Amino acid sequence: MTSTTHRPDRTDTATRRGDRGRRLLPLLTLPLLTLLGGCNFVVMQPAGYVAEQQRNLVLAATGLMLLIIVPVIAFTLIFAWRYRATNEDAVYDPEWHHSTQLEVLIWTAPLMIIIALGALTWIGTHTLDPFRPLSKIDTKRDVPAGTVPLEVEAVAMDWKWLFLYPQYGIATVNELAAPVDRPIRFKITATDVMNTFYVPTLAGMVYAMPGMQTQLHAVINREGAWEGRSAHYSGAGFSNMFFKFHGLANDKFDQWIAKAKAEGGELTQEAYLKLEEPSEAEPARFYKSYMKGLYDRIIGMCPRPDQMCVGEMVKIDAQGGASGAEAEENYKRLRYDNRLAERGIEGPGATSPASETGPHGQTQPQGMKPRPDMGNPDVRSQKAPDSQGQSEGEQIAPKQLNQ
Amino acid sequence: MFANLDLQQLLVGRFTIEQIPYHEPILQGTFAGVAVVGLAVLGVITYYRFWGPMWRDWITSIDHKKIGIMYCIFAGVMLLRGFADAILMRSQQAVAFGDQQGFLPPHHYDQIFTAHGMIMIFFVAMPFVTGLMNFAVPLQIGARDVAFPFLNNFSFWMTVAGGMLVMVSLFVGEFSRATWLAYPPLSGAAMSPGVGVDYYIWALQIAGIGTLLSGINLIATIVKMRAPGMTMMKLPIFVWSSLCTNILIVAAFPILTAVLAMLSLDRYIGTHFFTNDLGGNAMLYFNLIWIWGHPEVYILILPAFGVFSEITSTFCGKRLFGYTSMVYALVVITILAYLVWLHHFFTMGSGADVNSFFGITTMIISIPTGAKIFNWMFTMYRGRIRFEVPMMWVVAFIVTFVIGGMTGVLLAVPPADFVLHNSLFLIAHFHNVIIGGVLFGMFAGVTFWFPKAFGFKLDDFWGKVALGFWVTGFYVAFMPLYVLGLMGVTRRMQHFDDPSLQIWFVIAAIGAALIACGIASQIIMFVVSIRNRDKLRDLSGDPWGGRTLEWSTSSPPPDYNFAFTPVVHDSDAWWDMKNRGFDRPLKGYKPIHMPKNTATGAILAGLNFAFGLAMVWYVWWLAALTFVAIFVVAIAHTFNYNRDYYIPADVVSRTEGQRTRELEMA
Repeated sequence: MTSTTHRPDRTDTATRRGDRGRRLLPLLTLPLLTLLGGCNFVVMQPAGYVAEQQRNLVLAATGLMLLIIVPVIAFTLIFAWRYRATNEDAVYDPEWHHSTQLEVLIWTAPLMIIIALGALTWIGTHTLDPFRPLSKIDTKRDVPAGTVPLEVEAVAMDWKWLFLYPQYGIATVNELAAPVDRPIRFKITATDVMNTFYVPTLAGMVYAMPGMQTQLHAVINREGAWEGRSAHYSGAGFSNMFFKFHGLANDKFDQWIAKAKAEGGELTQEAYLKLEEPSEAEPARFYKSYMKGLYDRIIGMCPRPDQMCVGEMVKIDAQGGASGAEAEENYKRLRYDNRLAERGIEGPGATSPASETGPHGQTQPQGMKPRPDMGNPDVRSQKAPDSQGQSEGEQIAPKQLNQ
Repeated sequence: MFANLDLQQLLVGRFTIEQIPYHEPILQGTFAGVAVVGLAVLGVITYYRFWGPMWRDWITSIDHKKIGIMYCIFAGVMLLRGFADAILMRSQQAVAFGDQQGFLPPHHYDQIFTAHGMIMIFFVAMPFVTGLMNFAVPLQIGARDVAFPFLNNFSFWMTVAGGMLVMVSLFVGEFSRATWLAYPPLSGAAMSPGVGVDYYIWALQIAGIGTLLSGINLIATIVKMRAPGMTMMKLPIFVWSSLCTNILIVAAFPILTAVLAMLSLDRYIGTHFFTNDLGGNAMLYFNLIWIWGHPEVYILILPAFGVFSEITSTFCGKRLFGYTSMVYALVVITILAYLVWLHHFFTMGSGADVNSFFGITTMIISIPTGAKIFNWMFTMYRGRIRFEVPMMWVVAFIVTFVIGGMTGVLLAVPPADFVLHNSLFLIAHFHNVIIGGVLFGMFAGVTFWFPKAFGFKLDDFWGKVALGFWVTGFYVAFMPLYVLGLMGVTRRMQHFDDPSLQIWFVIAAIGAALIACGIASQIIMFVVSIRNRDKLRDLSGDPWGGRTLEWSTSSPPPDYNFAFTPVVHDSDAWWDMKNRGFDRPLKGYKPIHMPKNTATGAILAGLNFAFGLAMVWYVWWLAALTFVAIFVVAIAHTFNYNRDYYIPADVVSRTEGQRTRELEMA
């Protein structure tokens, strides 16, 4: 038990150990060293304090387990060699099958490791609970008194990320920025299918779930730009569901906000409903303002004005519930999952009979950008990709077609 | 066209001719391949006039040995399908970088990874495991068949019917894109309205009935049909592992059936169990499916542990070290298997107390597992190890499996899981334990019991070549995925932007190619062995110096397995008998009571297949018809009183006389 992360005096050693681990890593993969030149082990070299502690935990747990794994592999190979049938010198004892001392050893050795690891897990899980506000911004510094965390409301949509900054009134699509060393509090939800919010350099992932809110507390300690993405498969456009995450110095962050306010449009009701439709590989986009109560409406599953929010229904239920015609009416207003279908838009995982896309991929699902020829004659003969996709972004790889 | 739409809908539901993907070049090629191979197989069967014997001796057979063999053949065929999917994925990911989109568009790629996961677990690993248990368990406990022989045949054909439904989806309509566990809301009616998820649901429901019934069957067999003297603590360790596995099956599979039934209600009649709106909650699905799904992991691995135990002690020529602690380890794993399911979604925000509880219970499972590994190690200690192919698989397994176990325990630490969940690290981990554990175990088991099933050994050279390719292929294919996971690369990606990752995927694709060589070597191994069967013939029935009862009878065993029910005094019963100078009784044979073959199992499974297909395509009349027919046939079968017969004493005497001559020649 060396690396616990909740006490300042010990976290120092944990970090040093982590540094050592970082130095050791190339040694472990020595034969592949040439390959590693251009590689970015972001999970092993994070820039945020939370991810750094998680990395330390990975290294500490691996180290603990190697204490038993290495001898097991070694002894297996040694025994396999030593007691091979051709080695007549080795002792052969066909009836030897029990030894109390050994039995005790083989149950207690793993038990000891698991006790150590279990303690590490218990402490680590509690200190690194994503719902728990940060008490430190790095190994040495506590969160200064009176710090207001940056609030970000992250919404996973088909297949892009919407970020709302309630303290600044701006919204962005597929771009996220945070000032260095200021705690961030993410509130996370989704529009219709599950995703995970994951910025590997910042902190571990948390599910984004429709109608529900999860939280993540994190802090970025270095300036730079990294990738964030959904790590939970969510349909056809999933591969392109990533965003840029910027760690910015305070003044640069203010400039970034100012830029969003200057350049962005307004995220009105209509603009939101349009944005909600499936689309992939959306370019980063800013909104100088967004509709009031948008985040609550997303969680309440009532983005359209004629829809009833879940909270409202809960209130009605608490007062005894509705009945008769009123209940019928409420039921209609509470329908949510069918909203895309009603507008003639395909669901994220729609398959052929319902969606009128051909089976097995002559045509792209709705919201997807046209793909280049994949050896499929139908794609080649297809003219304008008119019905495919709401976004007007540039095509991904038309080059091959033009050759 | 529009005028007769209603009639068409009535007749064929939502099926239209456009649902047959004849435009798709990959599928044209596949279909051509399947058609050619299929016709070739049919041609060979016709040429050798094998139709009659196939129907009489195999399809309608209720002999546990033949059913076990058919399970393994089915698993092998499905392995080729699942592996073809794997090759497609590996090649797509090796080329789809930057401007290159690869050759699979997302909605095709997504079907492939869904099918790969689902087929490999349900139609490769499961039938392999069930097949080996079916073949070996009755022989090891000195029984003449399983407790419910007809049920056994029915279970097998239900599994095949489920597998066929998945295969049909390749050429009619399409398969699910909602991942191998079909998480809602993505798999719900609003998000995935097509036939894909329905194919998935009905394939699993039909195959699941087979699995559940076979679990009940084997529990009853092990509990009630052991040879006299074989107390529970004298059971061969493979039988113990089978017992634990089948208890897990019986307790876990109803949960899968229930959760899939709820999902189909959501999809078919508009209930709201797992929808977003009107009170549904998809988190319930995650919990339920993993309350089945985690025990499933142990359902697969425990029989493999059993196989390794038998092989280690046989080839070390030594009693298994720590039999009692092995048994307790199995039982502890069985119980703990139900207390860990939440570790599959630590990232769902369950809170620190819940997450640590499930993280720590998961780690605790590694204690009995670790004890088992030590037990195999100490079985080797002071043994005299003959490195035949099965024993080589054991060593490959131990080294590979402990690495997979280590990464598994690492993923059980919730904060570590937060950074590694859904990444390629996770993919590498579970392939590490499923290939390195389950699949290696099944290959070892097939090599080990093949001479018992067919009377000749498998070719040694090609067995070693296959092992070499599989083991190196595994490491080359999956170690890069660990590396990629540490780079934060997510699973299920059809395309990547970062070109620096490509080299790792190319290495992984080379690994997949090596595994393909391993599979090819295995096919060659079977062909060569069958051609050289006279040279590889084993007349003794005990080619490896076996320790358990299956080696006491002839290879292949007679229909009735044992002319006289053996009496057991030791956990290594046959070893004990040999040591005490066992004299094979040569006279005094009595007529043997045996169950009779029946076609009902195959017919019922065929009806279930038609029912599944009708439900997938909304052909309600056919669904109703087949549903009623299933009950009619099942009830009619209960009136079949002509279900057993006696093998006359002189036939037994002749068979045993033949065995006596063979033993003299051996």
